[in-house]
Amino acid sequence: MKILVCISHVPDTTSKINFTDGDTKFDTNGVQFVINPNDEFGLTRAMWFKEKQGASVTVVNVGGPETEPTLRKALAIGADEAIRINATPTDGYFVAKQLAEVAKDYNLIIAGRESIDYNGGMVPGMLATLIDANYVNNCIGLEVEGETATAVREIDGGKETLKTTFPLVIGGQKGLVEESDLKIPNMRGIMMARKKTLNITEPVSGDVATKAVFFEKPAPKGAIKLISPDNLDELVDLLHNEAKVI
Amino acid sequence: MSVLVYTETENGKLKKTALEVASYAKGVADMLGATVTAVTVNAESTNELSKYGVDKVLTVKNDKLGNFNAKAYADVLKQAAQKENSKVVIVSSSANAKFMAPILAINLNAGYASNVVALPESDSPFKVKRTAFTNKAFNITEISSEVKLIGLSKNAYGLKENNGAATEESFSPELNEADFSTEVTNVDKVTGKVTIADAEIVVSGGRGLKGPENWEMIEELADVLGAATACSKPVSDMGWRPHSEHVGQTGKPVAANLYVAVGISGAIQHLAGINASKVKLVINNDAEAPFFKAADYGVVGDAFEVVPQLIEKLKEFKANNA
Ligand SMILES: Cc1cc2nc3c(=O)[nH]c(=O)nc-3n(C[C@H](O)[C@H](O)[C@H](O)COP(=O)(O)OP(=O)(O)OC[C@H]3O[C@@H](n4cnc5c(N)ncnc54)[C@H](O)[C@@H]3O)c2cc1C
Repeated sequence: MKILVCISHVPDTTSKINFTDGDTKFDTNGVQFVINPNDEFGLTRAMWFKEKQGASVTVVNVGGPETEPTLRKALAIGADEAIRINATPTDGYFVAKQLAEVAKDYNLIIAGRESIDYNGGMVPGMLATLIDANYVNNCIGLEVEGETATAVREIDGGKETLKTTFPLVIGGQKGLVEESDLKIPNMRGIMMARKKTLNITEPVSGDVATKAVFFEKPAPKGAIKLISPDNLDELVDLLHNEAKVI
Repeated sequence: MSVLVYTETENGKLKKTALEVASYAKGVADMLGATVTAVTVNAESTNELSKYGVDKVLTVKNDKLGNFNAKAYADVLKQAAQKENSKVVIVSSSANAKFMAPILAINLNAGYASNVVALPESDSPFKVKRTAFTNKAFNITEISSEVKLIGLSKNAYGLKENNGAATEESFSPELNEADFSTEVTNVDKVTGKVTIADAEIVVSGGRGLKGPENWEMIEELADVLGAATACSKPVSDMGWRPHSEHVGQTGKPVAANLYVAVGISGAIQHLAGINASKVKLVINNDAEAPFFKAADYGVVGDAFEVVPQLIEKLKEFKANNA
């Protein structure tokens, strides 16, 4: 099995979100970047396939040289090789188009259901459609037997099981593996990662379909109303008459 | 020209989000001087759509579409958009719609903006406001392709009545074998319970509840409020509650009218996921908990005392306002 794991390089979940250049660009100043959490669950599942069923695992990212530490981390976790497609990701369609160029050589492609920066939630579905592969989003369970896969998808209010075949693209999330299965790279992994191949390829041209032109921060929050635990009638009254939510 | 909107059903009945996306489609159509065409799949009745500004309903009935199938449904909508010459297509943010939309975007050659929270700021250039950085910010996105696909965030626009009369037309798109290469073999859905996706109120419990045995009061509180239950990440990681209840940046997003947080500290990753909720109530015994900076109403107190009392007060309230 040849597995490709798509890795998005995103601000750490605790990052303060600020913008520069007249609120047209994300301010990376002082921001720590990590493997997108949804992708990390996918990568860890890929490692499981490698160990239990035999697979090669390649990680890929569309991004500039600044994303290489994130790819090296994925190699330290155990991926065999990495590809960086040397382009600034402008929108989901552009990224999917770049990934489609390399994805054709793999039979299982694992991406995250969304990246936590732009939350587009479109790259895996677009990629699957561009390469004419099967696709399962919100994937919380994946088993493979030969060319056939059984995937569990989270749906609103439950889950469903799907049977499908390779080539397959997954939009993964927690559930693919448990939180406790995630691996922190050890020293040996980090040393070995330095020797693994990181190929850099140039992008293909793609049309611009959408463009983030401006950013805004939410309006500051008004002061909280504190209600004494001995006066819950007041709380019920506020929820009914003021907030009008009950 | 007509704005096309996918109005989802659940067991044949239109979902509330279907009425919300219909209301939104009407708003967009008014901006563009266009009409609204809705598409339903295996709906029992589409009457309600007239009330929300829909001019025409394309009804698709097909046993092969009994289970949701992203590829096949995208094929249905693509053909509907072509038939109606639609330049704007609108879908909801349900799990199914988010599964299908990227496929549809490629098939229609459309630029797709997800998590949109308001009517377009302008139609030329076509600009929409959407959430980014998991609700820590908004971004204004320009869609430059000829056909535009919009995924509307839940509870962002609301229902807007708009009396009219929708004509109904049966529509039989051509489906091909390739649409069915992924097959649903089992659906495991909780029935009779409000889901986080559809709930107007969500009651959520954190590590402050000490253990799974203490969730009875959370469920009871949810029950009186007609709410869905949710939890913080560590609660699901420890197996106190199922993963499907985990909300936050790495869990499910919540955009309810009221979000009640019990024994949750309000970590940045938690808040990011629930911030789109309109009103937030926090119950926590630590007055310094960060959640108090993010909520609208707060009770500093022991959940084990406050929650049972609140349940009683709400029961009284419900009895008096029945
Ligand atoms: C990459 C990453 C992603 C994450 N994603 C998410 C996410 O999606 N969702 C999420 O929730 N978290 C997420 N987290 C975890 C997050 O950082 C917090 O650890 C978590 O939200 C804390 O959960 P909690 O509030 O239930 O527990 P705690 O932080 O332990 O808070 C418990 C609260 O209960 C209160 N309490 C205790 N006893 C009582 C009592 N008797 N009555 C009333 N109150 C009481 C305490 O005062 C405390 O404030 C993520 C973390 C990381 C690193």
